Amino acid sequence: MTSFHINGRTVTVDAEDDTPLLWVIRDVIGLTGTKFGCGIGMCGACTVHVGGRPTRSCITPLASIAGANVTTIEGLDPEGRHPVQKAWADLQVPQCGYCQSGQIMQAASLINDFPSPTDQDIDAVMAGNLCRCMTYVRIRAAIKQAAAQSARKVTEK
Amino acid sequence: MSELHHRSALSRRTFLVCLAGTVATFGFGPAEGAAEGPGVNPFEPTIWYSVDRNGIVTVNFIRAEMGQHIGTAIARILADELEVDWSNVRIFAVDTDPKWGLMITGGSRSVWTDFPIYSRAGAAGRIALIEGGAQLLGVSPSQCLARNGAVVTSNRSIAYGEIIRRGRPTRQFTPDELAQLPIKTASERRLIGKSVDALDIPAKINGAARYGIDAVVEGMVYARPKIPPTRNGSVVHAVDDSAAKRIKGYLTSLVLKDPSNTVPGWVVVCATSYPAAIRAADLVKVDWIVGDGAQVSERDILDHGAKQIDARDGGALVVDDPGIDSAFRSARSTLKRTYTTGSVLHAQLEPVNALAVEKDGRFEIHTGSQWQSLILPVLAQALRLPQERIVMRTYPLGGGFGRRLNGDYAVPAALAAQALGKPVKLVLTRPDDMRFDSFRSPSIQTLRLAFDDRGKVTAMEHNASAGWPSAVAAPSIMRKTADGTPYDPDAIDGANHWYDVGAQRVRALSNDLANSAFRPGYLRSVGPGWTNWAVESFMDEAALMVHADPVAFRIGLLNGAGRNAGLAPSAVGGAKRQAAVLKRAAEKAGWGAPMPRDTGLGVATSFGQERAMPTWFACVARVHVDRRSGAVAVEKLTIVVDAGTVVHPDGALAQVEGSVLWGLSMALYEGTEFVKGQVRDTNFDSYTPLRIGDVPELDIELVDSIEAPVGLGEPGTTVVAPAIGNAIFAATAIRLRHLPIRPDTVRQALASQRTGH
Repeated sequence: MTSFHINGRTVTVDAEDDTPLLWVIRDVIGLTGTKFGCGIGMCGACTVHVGGRPTRSCITPLASIAGANVTTIEGLDPEGRHPVQKAWADLQVPQCGYCQSGQIMQAASLINDFPSPTDQDIDAVMAGNLCRCMTYVRIRAAIKQAAAQSARKVTEK
Repeated sequence: MSELHHRSALSRRTFLVCLAGTVATFGFGPAEGAAEGPGVNPFEPTIWYSVDRNGIVTVNFIRAEMGQHIGTAIARILADELEVDWSNVRIFAVDTDPKWGLMITGGSRSVWTDFPIYSRAGAAGRIALIEGGAQLLGVSPSQCLARNGAVVTSNRSIAYGEIIRRGRPTRQFTPDELAQLPIKTASERRLIGKSVDALDIPAKINGAARYGIDAVVEGMVYARPKIPPTRNGSVVHAVDDSAAKRIKGYLTSLVLKDPSNTVPGWVVVCATSYPAAIRAADLVKVDWIVGDGAQVSERDILDHGAKQIDARDGGALVVDDPGIDSAFRSARSTLKRTYTTGSVLHAQLEPVNALAVEKDGRFEIHTGSQWQSLILPVLAQALRLPQERIVMRTYPLGGGFGRRLNGDYAVPAALAAQALGKPVKLVLTRPDDMRFDSFRSPSIQTLRLAFDDRGKVTAMEHNASAGWPSAVAAPSIMRKTADGTPYDPDAIDGANHWYDVGAQRVRALSNDLANSAFRPGYLRSVGPGWTNWAVESFMDEAALMVHADPVAFRIGLLNGAGRNAGLAPSAVGGAKRQAAVLKRAAEKAGWGAPMPRDTGLGVATSFGQERAMPTWFACVARVHVDRRSGAVAVEKLTIVVDAGTVVHPDGALAQVEGSVLWGLSMALYEGTEFVKGQVRDTNFDSYTPLRIGDVPELDIELVDSIEAPVGLGEPGTTVVAPAIGNAIFAATAIRLRHLPIRPDTVRQALASQRTGH
């Protein structure tokens, strides 16, 4: 039995300690926005936040996150209106959409860490997220827009 | 994808419009010849769309939503003619049903195919609503027009919803009337070509979109296959699952008996959870009698193709002009070059999967598919059931790219569910998916060109050998040459280009070694994805031979003479439109300007997928070659596209961005090799598609046009590799004739250049 918090609620899961978190999220908890792409942490489709940090859930054993706070795409913003999500909608980023939960989760922590990201920051932080539809041009533009809007919000506060 | 010789449902059936008490039903009556008439209940369930009592329009579409936002484009086409407010339009991706006719999404054909159907369906609905509304308003239909979901006359109006609530008229269109229904001219359009948000995007941003891999039903078990050592011909000799029994949740290992022979040698490992299925499958030992493909590698396939090309007989003469042999005999000079391409994986990010559920002797298959009509009869054969008892539930695709034209992955899920008597959700791991891919075949092509005394091109021959996807998976879409020889258009289109080269011969060779060793697949841009590598590299080599500028040389041949004049409706303007995009791309890219050291511009052009539906593309690549490492840096791609009328401009731009970067990825970053019956690369550690930091500057221009809308999903992939190859030549004077281009190859070519070899 492993307990942790996901999107603000506490769950207790009966699964082997070494079960990848990805399958617990998808098949036990039933949140399917987090995707399976490669199983070896090379594509980023399974990215969630653990303790606020982007984490590849496909290679994260369940036992390692006991007691931790996990956030998935479904919990990033109660209305799905996180600045990154808004920018993604504005710039019409997704094509097939399969990688986009992972892209958005990675980008959300990027703009947190780099409030004014340069192209080099974006290349470095987003390098682990593969988009097979190749929406990269828009991902880059949307990250910049989201960062700019977040910065504006902070200033207004 | 080649053209399917099915008449559209629209042409065979009577279009009926009825405003009933609850909903307006715009449906198709039974096929001609069936019992039908005003006295018989003529109304099937709504086909292409319905309008409800609140005026909400729901557009049904049969195409796979796989990133191209096709539902949005189709709904725009319909809503424009129907004159409804866009905020009242919904889209609905339908499940399989015979009433939909052929269900396929491929060949960049969706908008091209569906434009006439949905625009006329919309126009017919508008006419019926105007008539119904005019009656209720007590005026003549000629005094009314339709706007924003209402019928309007002088200063009064009635909303569509109200017409439907109160109206009872019916309106019937014969196929001829429907075919002759005038549709709007370009200047009258209110939605087509205007900016709009794609309707499928919101659910792809908040995690709500449900793909095939997300499907669940009560009581299902999870399954993962053991992929046999060869795609064809492997037979299970023995299964040892003793080690797997240690895995909590492991249930059983099924040796599939497949009457359709789609998945020979498959063992499906079942468990109560997917991670348990993954682990158990790792521990299940299968002893196979291995198929012949285990003796075959990439080099064997290319060598076999070279022999086929060298043997002067054999193959399909797709183009075979009289006088070609004499033109070569009397040529002042000739050029002959051979180009090759390696195996390319689809690597769509959602691994293939399917959930099969049997209920009361009927099967439901939950999976993403691009070609339900191809796999349904195969499923019927596999399950030994009539096709009518199988329905495929529709999901958005986590990447199509042609992989899901081949629905082979649905078969093992269905067989396992049948054998187990329980719903089975079969998911392939990434390595399973890549090993089971129907990847793009290696190819070899030899091209010859003849010049006369004045350097004029007088003849061209193009020989191409590769695995033929349609020969293996879809013989029904093979075509025949003038002499009746069958060929796969998806393994030769592109070679039948729009250049005026005098007498032309195009010979397509089915690489039977490839066809038997694996299952050649359709991969984004199919034939032109590799034939154009040869055509456009060769055009540069030809220009060099006659000391001509590569752009000017091509424009000289794109003169629109003879068969290259282009025919209505889809190819109006012909080669002249290709020349125009080429000229424009060259201007934009600064063609002819001096370049820094080891930097060059290269050009390539294409007509996209097929002569009947040309999408005119031109690309100029600016590359820098690092002589020490051999690394090729693509600095900028300048793209000009003429796709006729553009329905959903932002979606069109997205397709160009994606397809062009696919072309770049296949040119420099990805690619595998077939080794003894298996692909070498099975995950993203060694299979390395383009990532964000590899994206060059893109300058994309879509030509403003009112010509017929054509396809955009694939054509962009066809121009990038040859433009890069030609740019590398411009930068360094080394000529590369194999894809993908790797730094090692570049370095070796530069070394040979220095030593004069």
